Amino acid sequence: MTTCAKLMDKLMSPEEAVRRFIKDGDMIALGGFTVNRNPMVIGREIIRQGRKDLHLVMHSHGQAMDLLVGAGCVARLELAYGGTGRFAPTGIRFRKAVQSGQVKVEDYSNFHMSLRFLAGSLNLPYIPCRSGFESDVLQQWGFGPELRGSGKIPRDKAIIGQNPFTQEDDPVVLLPALNPDVALVHAQYVGDDGTVRIKGLTFLDVEQAKSADRVIVTCEEIVPAHTLREDPDQNTLPPFLIDAVVHAPYGAHPTACHYFYDYDPRHLNYYRAVAGDDDGFHHYLDEWVYALDSQEAYLTKVGAADLINIKANTKVGFAPGLDRR
Amino acid sequence: MSTTYTDKEIMALAAGRLVGNGDILFAGTGLSMLAATVAKRVHAPQAVVFFETGGIDPNLDELPLAVADPRVMTGTCMNSGLIDAFSLLIHRRLRTIAFLGAAQIDPYGNINSTCLGDYQKPRVRFPGCGGACDAMSQAFGVIIFMQQEKKRFVEKVDYISSPGWLTGGDARAKAGFKRGGPFAVVTNQGVMRFHEQTKRMYLHEYYPGVSPQAIADNCGFALDVSQAREGQAPSEVELKILREEVDPCRLILGPLPA
Repeated sequence: MTTCAKLMDKLMSPEEAVRRFIKDGDMIALGGFTVNRNPMVIGREIIRQGRKDLHLVMHSHGQAMDLLVGAGCVARLELAYGGTGRFAPTGIRFRKAVQSGQVKVEDYSNFHMSLRFLAGSLNLPYIPCRSGFESDVLQQWGFGPELRGSGKIPRDKAIIGQNPFTQEDDPVVLLPALNPDVALVHAQYVGDDGTVRIKGLTFLDVEQAKSADRVIVTCEEIVPAHTLREDPDQNTLPPFLIDAVVHAPYGAHPTACHYFYDYDPRHLNYYRAVAGDDDGFHHYLDEWVYALDSQEAYLTKVGAADLINIKANTKVGFAPGLDRR
Repeated sequence: MSTTYTDKEIMALAAGRLVGNGDILFAGTGLSMLAATVAKRVHAPQAVVFFETGGIDPNLDELPLAVADPRVMTGTCMNSGLIDAFSLLIHRRLRTIAFLGAAQIDPYGNINSTCLGDYQKPRVRFPGCGGACDAMSQAFGVIIFMQQEKKRFVEKVDYISSPGWLTGGDARAKAGFKRGGPFAVVTNQGVMRFHEQTKRMYLHEYYPGVSPQAIADNCGFALDVSQAREGQAPSEVELKILREEVDPCRLILGPLPA
C-alpha cells in the first residue's frame, strides 16, 4: 500500500486537476493573499492549458492574479486590492489590463469580499455590514447591465437596506453572497485521507473553499492522516470538501508559504523589472510558464541556491536576514 | 540641533506620536508599518499592532513588506484570518486606530486609492481600497499619510474609495456610520486635522523649517492655516529607534538624508 492509497482518485497532477475541474468562463476564488500562499502551480497550469474568459474573485491578490490577467485568461475580476505590497504596489499586468479595458473590474472592500464568501459558505443569499456607505465602492458599478443578472453575477452590486429589527433609521449595506465554481488553495499539509492543514494565517481560504462548488488543493507535503488527526485542533478543512489534491512542493513560489519558504525577493523584483513591458512579460511567460511543463522543471529553473536562500527557519516561519531589497 | 532627517522619517514619527498607549493599531504596508512599530517602541509599549490578514500582535523583529508577509505571523498572540481581523477592527469596545495612505484626498478626508479619471475607463488604475474602506467606515479613528502635493489634495477626488467625513458636518452620521472617521493627515510638511463642527481639514502643525504658506501652496483647496503651530523635530532617541531597530535595512525608509 502506498502512503497515498486513501487519496486514490483525488490525487492528481496539476494538468489533470485543471483539465477536469476548470473550464472556460468559470468563477475562480484565489486563495492566499498578495505575497503569501498564492496557488501558483495551478495558476501556471491554467495559463498553459489556455483557459479563457475566467472570472476571478478574491479579497487582496497578488502574483497569481497578475499572471493570469497578464496571460489573457481573465475577463472579469471582483476584488478589493490588486498588488503585492512593496514589490508591486499596484499589480503590473492588472493595471495595464484595467486601463486598456481588457478586463472588467468590480471593486469591493476586503471586508465586503470576506463577508460575501462567508455568506456563500453558510448558504446565505446575502449578508449585511456597515462598510462603505456613500463611497464609490458601492455607488460605481464596474459590471454593466450586459453582465449583471446572468450566471453567478447578481443583478445588484450591493443594496442599501434598513435594519429590520428597529424602528429607528439604521441603514445597512446588503452584499450578495459568492459561490464560485472553483476555489484554489495552497496548503502546507494534506493528509493521505485529504484532510487539509494550513499553517500561519488562513486568510480567507476556509470560507472560499466552503463557498465553492469544487476545491483544488495544492500542498507542500502529503502526510499520513493519523499525524494530522493526532492534533486535529490544527486542521483547516475536512477531506470530503476537497475534489483534487496536487502534491506541489514550493507550489506558492515566488510567494511565501509559512514554515516552508519566504517570498522570493529576487524573483519578485525580476518580475517587476520585466512585466511592465509587453514583450518583457511575454518573454517571462515563455520562459517561466510555457517552457516548463512540471513543477520539477520550474524548480530546476529557479535553482537550488535561490530555494535555499528563501528556505524558512522552522522556528520563526520565514527566512531571517533574507535580503529583501 | 543639526539633526537631519528624511520626509519618510518625520512622517513615520509624526504619525507615531498620535498613537496612545493601549491603542489597537491596524497597520497597512509602508509608512504605516513604521509608524505603528516606532510608536510601540518609543512611547506606547502597550499598543497592539495587528493586520487585516489575521496576524494579531506579532513581534515584528523584522519589518513586514506586505500585510501578508510571513513576518506578521511570528510571535503573535494568535494567527487567524480576515474575518477575525475585521471583527477586531470594528469591535465596539476597542479603540482601533488605522493608518492609511492614498493617491488623493479631499477637504473632508475622503480618500481615493482606486483610480484617476473615469472608473469605467481609468487613466491610471491603483490597487483599490483593500481594507481601507472598512477602516474608514468602522475603526475608532484613522490617520492618513499623504504627500503634500496639489494634485493629491484636491477639491473633489476622482473616486471615493474610503469615506471620510463625506460632505462635512453630520453627513457621516447621517450616512449610517456609528463612529470613526479620519482625525489626522500626516504629510511630508505637516499635520492636518479636521474642524470639530464642519469637519473640514485645517493645518494643525508644520514641521520645523516649513512655512504654513508653503503647505497651503501645495494644497489644491483652500486650507485654513490660522491655527497652525510649529511641530517638534524628531528627537535623537526617536531617530535612533526608527533607524536602528524598526527599519535597519531601510527597506521602507529608503536612503539616509544626504
